[in-house]
Amino acid sequence: MTRPTPPGAEPASAEDPNVDNAVITHPDPKIAAVERAADETVEKPPSMLARVLGSSSIWTAGILAVFLIVFSVLKPEQFATSFNVNNLLSNAAILLVISVGMTFVIITSGIDLSVGSVLVLAAVVSVKAMEAVGGEGTAVVLAGLGAALAVGIVAGAVNGSLVAFAKVPALIVTLGSLGAGLGLARILSGGIDLRTAALVDIGFGDLWGIKYLVLIALAVVVVGAFLLHLTRFGRYTYAIGSNDEAARRSGVNVRLHLVKVYALSGFLAGLAGFMSLAKFSTTGIGGHSSDNLNAIAAVVLGGTSLFGGIGTIIGTVIGVFIPAVLENGFVILGIQPFWQQVAVGAVLVAAVWFDQYKRRSRNRS
Amino acid sequence: MTQTDQPVLEARGLTKSYGHVQALRGADFSIRPGEIVALIGDNGAGKSTLVKALSGALQPDGGQILVDGAPVNMSSPIAARHYGIETVYQDLALAPELDPAANLYLGREITRGGPIGKFFGLLNNKAMRDEAKKSFGTLGSIVQSVDVPVSTLSGGQRQSVAVGRAAAWADRVVFMDEPTAALGVVQTEKVLQLIRRVAEKGIAVVLVSHNMPQVLEVSDRVEVLRLGRRVARFTASETNVEQLVAALTGGFSNEPVAVGAAISGEEQAR
Repeated sequence: MTRPTPPGAEPASAEDPNVDNAVITHPDPKIAAVERAADETVEKPPSMLARVLGSSSIWTAGILAVFLIVFSVLKPEQFATSFNVNNLLSNAAILLVISVGMTFVIITSGIDLSVGSVLVLAAVVSVKAMEAVGGEGTAVVLAGLGAALAVGIVAGAVNGSLVAFAKVPALIVTLGSLGAGLGLARILSGGIDLRTAALVDIGFGDLWGIKYLVLIALAVVVVGAFLLHLTRFGRYTYAIGSNDEAARRSGVNVRLHLVKVYALSGFLAGLAGFMSLAKFSTTGIGGHSSDNLNAIAAVVLGGTSLFGGIGTIIGTVIGVFIPAVLENGFVILGIQPFWQQVAVGAVLVAAVWFDQYKRRSRNRS
Repeated sequence: MTQTDQPVLEARGLTKSYGHVQALRGADFSIRPGEIVALIGDNGAGKSTLVKALSGALQPDGGQILVDGAPVNMSSPIAARHYGIETVYQDLALAPELDPAANLYLGREITRGGPIGKFFGLLNNKAMRDEAKKSFGTLGSIVQSVDVPVSTLSGGQRQSVAVGRAAAWADRVVFMDEPTAALGVVQTEKVLQLIRRVAEKGIAVVLVSHNMPQVLEVSDRVEVLRLGRRVARFTASETNVEQLVAALTGGFSNEPVAVGAAISGEEQAR
């Protein structure tokens, strides 16, 4: 499928001297002049600089940079230390993994509220699987990982199928699976958190001073960015969020793609469940109820549009670290960390307002 | 122009009902390679139903569709594309956040070679942009940048992207539903030139329009639909707006009597 130019791709001028290959000019010189003027003035696309400044992720990157600089200047001996940075990164790792999946979902103009519940359910099933295998060692870890990922993929595929085939709004589908997932987790665990020590090596181990969990999150970010920005899968994700009817008419299998995108989000929630289990050694049934909103906030802060079609993985990374850095910085400065919630809320609303403003001005033109 | 007598696309006696409403009552249509045929008709005459049937967007209840003289089953837009038939939709089926090159190749992306490129579907954006430039260039179209989002382009440029995309993939026929409805004077002229360019490549262009002077200006022939049936055919250079309007409103017909018989038969059936 690499057919490039229209049939008869050779320059038309080769066959027919009357047809020039460049821009058509109208036979009437007056009209031709008007056309040239119209081309040169009205139809000028915006410059690279204008587009960079128009993207909201450049502004949030600036905000993050300002926070980092302010905290580093105010408390250099506490904030800008390798210990604190490592701490910050490993606290953000799990949310980062969920948020990468959420980015894909939101770019399709969908939403996934179930990630926190899927995370917990995956952790519970993971513990059960590891108990079933028994003992210690690699086999147990792999059983736990496999179980967590499988739960995530299945939950995501169910979400995606309901959104794509049953045409139930994603908000409702994932609100349903949010409740159902948490309920199932409680049924399986008997309502009490399950504990395991099998994954402590993963949770606390590091490579050259970088925690394994941070490395896992980094790998997810890199692969996610690759998938979103460089592959056909990513292109279809944008196309569906931008205009699903156009994607459908162009021959994209929109429904199958949506199932894949929600399955990816579920898969990453499952992986996050495994990471959470490794970090805390417990399933944390009650501890993930706001993961979904935190992930959505991070994705939107990062410049991804809730209306779909726009977004980047690097933006999401920035969006994850703005609340994380604020909270960390406020604690170090001795400010009540609750101010972080106020600040993040304000920045979030500002980011969405900016997105809306851009769309309105676009639709006016 | 490379015209032959063999129609590249032909409809014979198409029927389609929506409940009690008969949108098509034995509609005929034909177009030859490189021809620009305007399809006109008043609201409710069955224009869009006929175009949808011929572009695979809906299934007629009866009748035949022929491509190069052979009957085909136009079961979906994908099937139509397989026959080299593309449609420019009135509501611009472009993805506004993607650039023109991405829109041109949407659903048919060029991927990089090698096992890794194939497995991951790694996009070859440079190849797509280069080819898009070439492709829009051969049509002399006014798309200046192939790497800015379509949403930042003017209406005329967007329409050029849509027409250019259809022309790039169509081997046989391009359908255009009111392609200049939302455009200004200069942009309309550009798009009409673009349509001529497409036809000069030997692709048949079906133009659905309400704009009678424009129809006469750009098309080779005009086919008139009325009450779900073809009632008149004109050579554009030998007719005028008054005659077209007369045909539209039922005051003129130059189609065979057999069609008239079918009309009275149906009226009786009611």
